[in-house]
Amino acid sequence: MSTTAPITPASAAMPDPTYALTPTGNLRRRLIVSRIVQAGALFAAAIAVAALVLMMVVVAVHGIGALSLSFFTSSLPLEGSTGTAGGMGPALLGSAELVLMAIIVAVPIGVLIAIYLHEFAGARVYWVIRTAMDTMNGLPTIIAGVFVFSIFVAGHSFSGWSGALALAIVVIPLIGSSSLEAISQVPRDLYDAAEALGIAHWRTVVGVVLPSAWGGILTATILAVARAAGETAPLLFTSSLYPQTVQINPLHGIATVPMEIYTLVEEGYQGGVQKSWGAAFVLLLFILIANIVARMILRHFQKKRGL
Amino acid sequence: MSISTTPPASGLRGSVQAQRLVRRRLNRIDRRLNLVLRMLAVGACALIFVTLVALVFQIINDATQAFQREGFGLLTHSAWNPAEHQFGAWPLIYGTLVTSVVSLVLATILGVAIGLFLSILAPKRLAAGVGPLVEMLAAIPSTVIGLIGIIVIAPFVANHVEPALHGVLGFIPLFGQPPGYGNSIFTACLVLTFMVLPIIAALTRDIFTTVPQELIDGANALGATTWEMIRGVVLPTTAPGIISACMLGFGRALGEAIAVTMVIGGQTVAHLNIFLPGDTVASRIAEQFDSPVNQLHLSTLYYLAVVLVLFGIVSNVGARLIGRKMDTTRQ
Repeated sequence: MSTTAPITPASAAMPDPTYALTPTGNLRRRLIVSRIVQAGALFAAAIAVAALVLMMVVVAVHGIGALSLSFFTSSLPLEGSTGTAGGMGPALLGSAELVLMAIIVAVPIGVLIAIYLHEFAGARVYWVIRTAMDTMNGLPTIIAGVFVFSIFVAGHSFSGWSGALALAIVVIPLIGSSSLEAISQVPRDLYDAAEALGIAHWRTVVGVVLPSAWGGILTATILAVARAAGETAPLLFTSSLYPQTVQINPLHGIATVPMEIYTLVEEGYQGGVQKSWGAAFVLLLFILIANIVARMILRHFQKKRGL
Repeated sequence: MSISTTPPASGLRGSVQAQRLVRRRLNRIDRRLNLVLRMLAVGACALIFVTLVALVFQIINDATQAFQREGFGLLTHSAWNPAEHQFGAWPLIYGTLVTSVVSLVLATILGVAIGLFLSILAPKRLAAGVGPLVEMLAAIPSTVIGLIGIIVIAPFVANHVEPALHGVLGFIPLFGQPPGYGNSIFTACLVLTFMVLPIIAALTRDIFTTVPQELIDGANALGATTWEMIRGVVLPTTAPGIISACMLGFGRALGEAIAVTMVIGGQTVAHLNIFLPGDTVASRIAEQFDSPVNQLHLSTLYYLAVVLVLFGIVSNVGARLIGRKMDTTRQ
């Protein structure tokens, strides 16, 4: 452009090369509105991330102090105890046991439901079963506990297996719908190849479809484990009375981590609340690690399939 | 040369006749195992169907005593005195509706914004990092959220947020004089928002990625700003899906018992002032179900459970009906 010094007043100096790109009037207003909305969306995402990070930090800060060897190995604190004695050992063991029982029941049923919906069901039956599964998915978890209480616990005693049953009711729809998605993604040509080779239908399902959908089913199982480990409401009325020492007999009440957290917080004594922070930290860590592992497995299997 | 006598390549050893016999036996076994697989799969489906039906019937059955005694009056009376056989659940229903609606509104605004951010507005790498974080917010168990709520959020809200809100908006009776402790409907609303928000965010993010690229490109080609493109193309085409996601979140808020019961204060009064304690249907069940004072009390709690099941079914069915317009993956 011009290199000579201007000899006219400064306002008539070198023209602005970006004039054509600078919005004015209506366009400028529209762009400002758009930028404000984008900033708002960024702000909302920042709030969510900040909330997550804050919650994790709060639990970590309060909970790490409570962790010690005796925390993991001692018996549960006695009801109404105000001191700091005791730990979470029986609750950790009991949670593992109940979750294991629930998963052993829920995974075969969930996978079989997915197989039925994908392989055998006609359109109307598909709709009915799918609706039933979605309804179970959206059912408040406390209702599962009330139901199992009403049939199996009322008139009898609290038991570990009824708690596991309530957890299974909560978890089966999750495994079912995730497995259905995984099975649906098995490519059609595998079916055609199996049929061309004369392989029986059951062999195709068990030997071709399930191994292909294995990644999705495993991911669903891990997420179900994470979910079952954290649920409290189904256990409130099925497995909420348990002794302080290790108790693994499923015919009686079994201690679980979320149930113990709830009990200690509702009692409100300082020592108990301290322990519940530690338990919450362990639980949260477990659930977050399970989520990360599930995600990694899913990505690994998606890469294997070439997605 | 006549017909070839090479045995068929079936992998079996022996004469052709022996192979045929083995093949016939294997075919019989295959047919039986086909049937076994089908029976197992049908059995699993029948199992959950029966479980669902049994659940509804059993809970209704256990609630009949209370229903015969109180009828629909339970839903309109306000006094809750189990020892004197006086049951009024209107404050519980009020509390349920207030907490769920407020948390739904907050979670929808934030959740749709986050969904837009993750699917359209954010650069791919940032979205890939933030997306899993939002989903992990959904994985936090309710007891932990309740623990954080009662020990961290409630005092903070009581000491800072409630006086501030009362100072600014105190002329609205909704934001009346805060009582000084944090267990209130307001804290329950905050807690529920954090539980519903990730559901709406994750669902809307998936929905926004299904908008046809040609529509977005067309809007951009016509000179629309990003917000105009979202407002004119993305939101209208995904409106049923967003409403469906909101109904699913609403169902979650209606049924949440543990986190709410830890922060709401457990009082059977329907205050207009949201800084005062209250209670919800699910939370009342969680508190009183394992120690009922008499048989009518227990039956009334089953009655409340029926109400809760109705809430859950209505929100789920509503979500599916509305979402059917958006459902592109149905078989």
